[in-house]
This record gives sequence, structure tokens and C-alpha cells, in this order.
Amino acid sequence: MPKRTDIHSVLIIGAGPIIIGQACEFDYSGTQACKALREEGYRVILVNSNPATIMTDPEFAERTYIEPITPECVEKIIVREKAEMARMGATGKLVLLPTLGGQTALNTAMTLHRQGVLEKHGIEMIGAKAEAITKGEDRETFKQLMLTIGLDVPISGTAHTIQEARQVAERIGRYPLIIRPGFTLGGTGGGIAYNREEFEEIAKRGIDLSPVSEILVEESLLGWKEYEMEVMRDRADNCVIICSIENFDPMGVHTGDSITVAPIQTLTDKEYQIMRDASFAVIRAVGVETGGSNIQFSVNPENGRMIVIEMNPRVSRSSALASKATGFPIAKIAAKLAVGYLLDEIRNDITRETPASFEPTIDYVVTKIPRFAFEKFPQADPTLTTQMKSVGEAMAIGRTFKESFQKCLRSLEIGRSGLGGDGKPWRIGAEMIDDRAIFPRELINRRLSVPNAERVFFLRHAFRAGYSLEDVFQLTKIDRWFLIQIEELVKFEEELAALKN
Amino acid sequence: MSSPALLALSDGTVYHGHAFGARATAIGEVCFNTSMTGYQEILTDPSYKGQIVTMTYPQIGNYGVNSQDVESWRAHCSGFVIRELSPIVSNWRADYSLAEYLLQYGIPGISGIDTRALVKRLRVRGAMPGCLTTEGLTPADAIARAQAWGSMEGRDYVTEVTHEESFAWDPQDRDSGAFKLTKETVAASPREIRQPMPPADLPIVAYDFGLKYNILRRLRQKGFRTQVVPAHTSAADVLKLRPAGVFLSNGPGDPAALGSIVREIKTLVDTGIPIFGICLGHQLLGQALGGRTFKLKFGHRGGNQPVKDLDSGRVEITSQNHGFAVDAASLPSEVKVNRINLNDQTVEGLRHTTKPIFCVQYHPEAAPGPHDSTPLFSDFRDLVTRHG
Repeated sequence: MPKRTDIHSVLIIGAGPIIIGQACEFDYSGTQACKALREEGYRVILVNSNPATIMTDPEFAERTYIEPITPECVEKIIVREKAEMARMGATGKLVLLPTLGGQTALNTAMTLHRQGVLEKHGIEMIGAKAEAITKGEDRETFKQLMLTIGLDVPISGTAHTIQEARQVAERIGRYPLIIRPGFTLGGTGGGIAYNREEFEEIAKRGIDLSPVSEILVEESLLGWKEYEMEVMRDRADNCVIICSIENFDPMGVHTGDSITVAPIQTLTDKEYQIMRDASFAVIRAVGVETGGSNIQFSVNPENGRMIVIEMNPRVSRSSALASKATGFPIAKIAAKLAVGYLLDEIRNDITRETPASFEPTIDYVVTKIPRFAFEKFPQADPTLTTQMKSVGEAMAIGRTFKESFQKCLRSLEIGRSGLGGDGKPWRIGAEMIDDRAIFPRELINRRLSVPNAERVFFLRHAFRAGYSLEDVFQLTKIDRWFLIQIEELVKFEEELAALKN
Repeated sequence: MSSPALLALSDGTVYHGHAFGARATAIGEVCFNTSMTGYQEILTDPSYKGQIVTMTYPQIGNYGVNSQDVESWRAHCSGFVIRELSPIVSNWRADYSLAEYLLQYGIPGISGIDTRALVKRLRVRGAMPGCLTTEGLTPADAIARAQAWGSMEGRDYVTEVTHEESFAWDPQDRDSGAFKLTKETVAASPREIRQPMPPADLPIVAYDFGLKYNILRRLRQKGFRTQVVPAHTSAADVLKLRPAGVFLSNGPGDPAALGSIVREIKTLVDTGIPIFGICLGHQLLGQALGGRTFKLKFGHRGGNQPVKDLDSGRVEITSQNHGFAVDAASLPSEVKVNRINLNDQTVEGLRHTTKPIFCVQYHPEAAPGPHDSTPLFSDFRDLVTRHG
């Protein structure tokens, strides 16, 4: 199937201002998409309120609107551009590509859809249809959908009385449990219960606080392994995995704040293939017709139980990472798939000879480490949670995990040459501690048990203070495979230090 | 630190690294596999008989070895070459470390060498003989042994790996259900959870040229009752078992060295019985149908080979392991090439236009690799049912 000839112009919505969780990676994907579509001879119309982006440079689109990314504004642009196309005597349609500008673009497109604006002006959404976006984005719809295709989701139940709450807790069968009161502002009154006493207390409080006296009790996946799959699909239903990612930090830390590693390190082929099959089942069930999606899984390290966490029916932060990690330009290919090409009709940019319908296989390890700037926000709580707090990231490639990890730490531009041993002192609160000093156990325990920006360095401090791998694992739940790599780096630091003496 | 090991190639290149696995010397064809997962399945695949396998992915051994993910009764490759061996095992199903497993089967391993440089050399010069030693051989001795080995061409390894006796596969259905990850409530032994299966109502015979267990599992999942027969079983003996179809398995070595087997397959082809072949089975079938095979420069070994189905236009990402291929130009007109490799356009599948015969060069049973091609086992079932 060649490219669509019924399309004249493509409207791309950018990501707007840079905020935490939505930064230059969407400029990267949007720019790629603009280039790809112009290459195919389509007229590209771009709206992005952020002029400090590459994509708003004049050469990337026929028409660039530096205007607020609001439904009202985008509607005005649609009206204007349709008139313009009529003047030009264009025979093809104006279509909207909403999947390349992050959540802002997707939300704006969905509002336009719900308000009937797209229908009124006869604008088709390409890449992902509104129905698919709803299925992927709405938590409850998505959860039900996963159950219908036989995939596993966190066990949960609603309760209106403390008796009902106890029944749900019993059914789940283990702590910790997450309690979310229904319809309270920002989820106030909820919490995590680690034992029966806490559960009773939080459940009672939640039921009292909820205006409808309802709480959701859900099993907690804290400490489970977290994985991501980057999937692409074309309109002939060819599906490929571009990149698999394993999070260094277990569940509980936002992916954007997690150290992540590609490819997956600790799954056997059987387990990996089940996850691959599940990824395809998800993208098909949600109905993303063409383009990329990011699907997140959680695996219980004790028994391998695999749970689908969420999916992003669009190019995401991880897609930018996966593109750089594998050399497979996800946004560019996604744009071409959206206008009708099939994966095997597109050339692979790296080999130039083979088609894009392949799964990159790499002979190296890629590590991404988030960059935090808590020093600029002294009031902010530096604990890492499910809300993203990092302001950037570094990525490095190495032949081994240790190499890529060390290169990545050095690339953070925080003044460190790696995990430590570079002779520079450590700033801990108001105190300066010498690089080779042994840190107090109490401080190490605190910094390891609660995820925070410096935890990765405290892994070193812990091993240097004589902690065993098992001690560190119990405090952090970071997979033992990653911990042994860190321990080996520390041992090597000691070897080098011994030479100096 | 571990003891030293070395890998010498017949072109005189020597790589020095660390020993793991058995203290031994292995000589064979050095090849490489690009799968990022699945070293256990690769080790236990009989098709690697006579080969020293290099993994292009650098971190190996991370998830250990377990007693379920085996593709045969033992590890078969001659030697194993990796960049970095994991010092620990991290997976809930692991039973052994990779080093322990190799030791158990007397296979030497080398780690800590620049596998990228090695693979680049093999890609440019082609797969070549090598000698991997963890016993302290001198480089000159190892090079000489590699050179003395000769070539993979003309070698029959099938006779070495085939079962000596015929047997019925998994009559109690203990090992054939598709592997499942646990769901919701965790069972007593979550690693043993397998999917339910249909009744085994279609009897077939599977030729064992170095058969992978997952082929037998997949056949069972589609309702086949499989009798496995040794590679040198005559067509007459196969027909005496009154099978509804015949399956030709994967296997090691040069397909052109197996003339006597090709003759028996020709006899089966002439009877009009439904036949399905995989990998070596496909190459033997290709010869029985009048075609020729040739040696590929460095082969296809990995889990990401794109194959296009020329009839449907769909692309499958496939698992492959072969060093030889069927020459498309050598095939008679009644045999249609219906699948090709999108990387180098070589033959990946054949279909007979008048007889119920089809075969694929790749591994639809995966293990390791993607499951995209699993429907081929259903196709075989449909074919057998139509001709029953």
C-alpha cells in the first residue's frame, strides 16, 4: 500500500512550553515528523506556542503558527487553513496528526474531537483515532479492556463500608495496599497501608472523606520490576518491537525519574516473548492503527506474574530514548505510517538496504539517567514518587552495562566522573563529606530505603561501608543483577585505590 | 579471577579471554547469533552441533538457566563465546548459572573478548573454523587445530544428534502446554502453569534430524499426536505407521551431505502425503523436490529476521538459525517460493503447487524468538485435515 493521495495538508500540534515531563524530546520527534511528511510532498502546518524549538524553524513546515495550543486557537487555524487550501485549489484533505506532540497535543486534539470541531470541519485524525486514544488514556476503560484480552491488571475492589473494605483486602491477600477515596480533591485521604492497623485507619478515613463514601482498594506493586516496550504498527497490522527497556528503579518511581536500561536484562526469552505478545495484543485491542505506542509492564520478581500498567497511544519520552538507543527513528517512521505506508515499504535509515519492518537488535547496553535540579527548588520534596520531578536526562551507550552507566553518570554534568572515587567531596544537606569517607549507616539506610535523586550514589556508599548485596536489595528492591554491577564497580574502585597506596 | 582461555580462528586471529564452563578444547565452525535473549534455547538446540556460538549481545548469563526452557536433552554446541558473564543469576525461575550448565555438558566458554570485533571479522570473511580452549593450549597449537578442522560443507552431524529409537512425544501431556506467566492468584508451583490443549487426534510422524522440543510442543498444541522417528528411517517404515502427515525437522550440518535421507523424502513426496518442513527439513525437502542448497557467507542466526509472505503481503519477524539456503533458481516450476527474507532476498518458504507440501527456512516454533509465525502449525493442521 503506497502513501495516501487524498491528503493535501497535515496539521501537527507541538508540545508547547517546556515543563517537567514534557521537554525537548517532543521537539525531536515533531521535527522528525515534519521532515518526513514534507519529504513525502505533503504540506505541513505546525502549531506550537514555543518558538525555542527546532520544529518552529521556518524550514520545517509550510506554515508555522506560534500560537497558544488551545482548542479555540487550533480551530481558528483549521478554518484559516481550509480557506487557504480552497484558494490554492487543493483537491486533498486537511488531516490532524495528534500523536507527536506529547500529552498536550493529544489532549487538545481530544477536546476538539469531543466538542465536535473536527467533525464540523471534516478533519480526520491520522495516527490514532479518538476511540483508541480514549481506550488507551482512560484508566478504567483500559483496565477493563486488558481483562477482556486475558491480560493481568492490579487486583482491586471498591468498598463503601469498612466490612467491604476488609473483604477486598482479604481477597487481595497481602500488604501493602493502596487506598484511594472516590471523588476527593487530588485524592486526599488516601494512602498506602503496610499492615492491618494502618489499613483500618486509612480505609475508615477514606470512606469518611469521600463524598460518596467510596474507596478503591488496590494491591500495591511497590518493589516489583518495571519494564517498557516500544511498539510500532502499520495499517496492514504488521507489528514490531523497537526497543525493550528495563527500569533500574523498581515500581514506585515515575519512569521519567527512573534510571532505565535497554534492552531488558533479566527476563528469559520465554518471559520476554510473552511480554512481546502482550504488547501486540494491547496495541491491537486499543486500536492504535498506525505508529508507535509505549506499553508499561510490571513483573513480580518472586513469581513472574506480569501486569499491564499503562500504555501511551502516542510518541512518548521513551520513544525518543528508544530511537537514539537503537537508531530506529520512531517519530519519522510513525509519520510515514500515518499517511499509509507499510513498514516494509520504508527503508531502514541505518542499513539503507533493509526495510523498516525489523526489530533492532543491539550489541551494546543503553542507560538513561534522569537529571534533577532540587537545588533550584529548595522547597520541593526530593523524594521520588509517581509524579515526575526530573528536569532532564542523559543517555549513554556502552559495550557493558557498567560502561554505559559510568558514561551516563559523567554525562549528567553534575560534576561527577561516575559513581565516585573521583576525589570530589559529596554535599549531603549542609555537610561536605570526603569522597573516600565511609558514610554513617543511619544516613545510608535512610537514603537507600526511600527513592531520591542521590540514591544511585548511596549504592556505592553502602557497598563501601560493607553492606552486602542482600542488605542493599532489601533496602532498595533494585534487581540484584543491577546491584552486582554496582558492587563490581565499587570493587574496582577499591582495587585502583589500593594501587595508589 | 578466572583462568585464561583463548579462541583461535583458522585465519590466524587469536582472542584472549577468561574461561568459564568446562575445562576443555572445542573445535568447530565459529558463528554468531544476534538474539538478545534465549541463550539457553540456543545452547540446547541440536542444530548448533559442530559450532562455536558467539552471542552478539554482550551481557549473558543474567537470568541463569532453568530446567524448563530446554530445546533438547542436553546442550549441543561445541563452545560458547560471550563478552561478559553475569557474576550472579537473577530470575525467579533460574536453577543453575550458565557456567554450571556448560560445565555439566563439558562445553568450554570464553568471556571477556571483543565479540564485536570477532563478529565483524566473521561478517566480512564468513563463518570459519575456530578452536576454543580453556586448557592452556598455545595460540599456535590452537590455530593449527582450527585449520585442520576443514569446513562445515559436506559434514553430516544429523547422524550424531538424532534419537536412536523412535518414540511417542509426551503421551501424558506433561510438557506440551504453552508456557504461561502466573496470573492473579499464585499457584503452588507457578513455573509449571501451562495452557490447556485440544485432544491429540491427528497422528503424524516427525523425522528427527536434531529436532527442537518446542516444535513438538507446538504440534501437540495443534492437536497432533506425534511419533518421532530417527533420521535414517526409511519412507516405507514411516508409511507403515499410517501417519496423516509427515514433519521434517531442523538439524545441524550441511544438507547436501544427506543424500540418502533426501531419497527417502522423495519417496514420501511421491506418495502425496502432507509434508511440512522446518529449517534443515526445508532444505532437504527443497532437494527432494529437485532444488539445490548452497552455503551462506555467515548465515542467519538471530531473532529479528524479517520474512515477507508473498501471498498475504504480511511481514513476520522470525527466529532463524541456518548456514545454508535453498537456491531459488534451482527449483522446478511446480514449486513456488512463497516467502523471502527481506534483508537478502533469500528463500524462506516453499509451497508445492499441486501437492500438499510446504516448508519454511526459519523457526516458527521460536524458542528463542518471536511468536509471529506460530500460525504455520495451524496451516499444517488445515493441510493434513483437508487431505485426510
